[in-house]
Amino acid sequence: MSLTDQDVEKIAHLARIQLEPEERARYLQELNGILDLVAQMNRVDTEGVPPMAHPLHMVQRLRPDLVTESDRREAFQAIAPLTEAGLYLVPKVIE
Amino acid sequence: MPWEIVIGLEIHAQLATQSKIFSGASTAFGAPPNTQACAVDLGLPGVLPVLNEQAVRCAIRFGRAIQAEIAPRSIFARKNYFYPDLPKGYQISQYELPIVGKGQVHILLADGTRKRIGITRAHLEEDAGKSLHEDFHGYTGIDLNRAGTPLLEIVSEPDLRSPEEAVAYARKIHQIVRWIGISDGNMQEGSFRMDANVSVRPQGAETFGTRTEIKNLNSFRFLERALRFEVDRQIDVLERGGQVVQETRLYDVDRDQTRPMRTKEEANDYRYFPDPDLLPLVLEEEQIARATADLPELPDVKAARFRDQYGLSDYDANLLTSSLAMADYFEAVAQACDNPKLAANWLLGEVSAALNKADLDLEQAPISAEQLAGLLQRIEDGTISNKIAKQVFEALWRGEGPTADAIIEAQGLKQITDRDAISALVDAVIAQHPAQVAQYRAGKEKVLGFLVGQVMKASRGKANPQQVNALLREKLKA
Repeated sequence: MSLTDQDVEKIAHLARIQLEPEERARYLQELNGILDLVAQMNRVDTEGVPPMAHPLHMVQRLRPDLVTESDRREAFQAIAPLTEAGLYLVPKVIE
Repeated sequence: MPWEIVIGLEIHAQLATQSKIFSGASTAFGAPPNTQACAVDLGLPGVLPVLNEQAVRCAIRFGRAIQAEIAPRSIFARKNYFYPDLPKGYQISQYELPIVGKGQVHILLADGTRKRIGITRAHLEEDAGKSLHEDFHGYTGIDLNRAGTPLLEIVSEPDLRSPEEAVAYARKIHQIVRWIGISDGNMQEGSFRMDANVSVRPQGAETFGTRTEIKNLNSFRFLERALRFEVDRQIDVLERGGQVVQETRLYDVDRDQTRPMRTKEEANDYRYFPDPDLLPLVLEEEQIARATADLPELPDVKAARFRDQYGLSDYDANLLTSSLAMADYFEAVAQACDNPKLAANWLLGEVSAALNKADLDLEQAPISAEQLAGLLQRIEDGTISNKIAKQVFEALWRGEGPTADAIIEAQGLKQITDRDAISALVDAVIAQHPAQVAQYRAGKEKVLGFLVGQVMKASRGKANPQQVNALLREKLKA
């Protein structure tokens, strides 16, 4: 499987990344290189090997259900571009 | 052409936890904006999500309640999309290996039959924040208090064949999550939200029609209305020779119609992948046993037992198991007064009516199960009539006495069963109404009711009606 220029454009759009035409060409090549590697791995017989979800051989530790965080809104909002009445303001999004 | 309706529901139940699914911020409802959104919820760099034990316990309990397989190993995935109420740019959810696998529930249809509804899966995920679109001079306000709140998304099979079935199923899930204590199910606060996938196909067709998804329905009434509208709309489109477009639609409550929201992104546009911040969740048998050890008797099992043990109808047994509080209350009254049918009638009649009128939940009822049982015992042993019992009930409700006995005593409501006393009342009524007496004796049997009524009135409702009836007949015959 190899990607087309349109695929790269679509992926960039989904990731909200703006690419210049020469960047698109470079990413097309690099992404296809990655897919070639995947194709190579796909050729290995993995019958009976369970899919790996995480490289660490550990399991998820659970946290007791306790409220441990206090209100730090002021500190967080000090670095926000725009706030009002405790809300973060962002360019209008409405469907 | 006859059409077949096909509906599947995705229900989001907010889980009953103190803190968020991956952070120690509070989940309490109604706090000032952004005061319960910590660095993890905001997706600030360098934070690490750590899974909440209680959220996992809730999911396990649900899995058991719907007879599903609980995955010994499940994983968390990132669902990628950009929206300002989701600061990380992805929602942590479960995709390939959800915690709860295939299960089932049974719903009761209008004709009294039961139908099995399959549940495809249920998975843990985090909620997004809230966007406020009004009046920020061209900006949208974002409150992230809800971001990271634990949700269980419950996905049904496309087994529902009408809006009514969809509502019955949604109510069943609502009943279960509250019953097993994993969600308060509060619909006003958004703790129970439904998305519906709807399609229609010619009766007998093998493949499904193109579906639309109606998002974010937060009441059973709106669910039913939205589905009705959408089904009619799709049939109309198809009968005009058109095609249904696969899309997400919103239900507009004021106009009672659905309208398109956005073209549904293909599943792979979310670019799900395992979240590297979270390790696989592995559940040991012992952990599952611990989470489910104190599960109460489930509603369907309890309803069946009520039916068999107390001789109730299917219908009554179902109503009495609508909530665990109701079922417990009923059983306490039934056992204390030793007349389950009387207990059922009173609970579904007087008590429910009084609660509705006062807009209270059973938990807030001013009359305890012991108090109600005490009242019903006095009906049973003939101390008071049903009519007087209603009077005593109201007095108990208003808190005029600690027990039915105390109120009966204080207000002199004890039924008159003394033959001489009733006899005197009957004699007086006969003497006062010669015309009606003559009519009765001339064969107009119906007049008896009037005369009984007069005697009851004279006794202020306290005379035993059966005795009054018998004595009147006897004396009028003479």
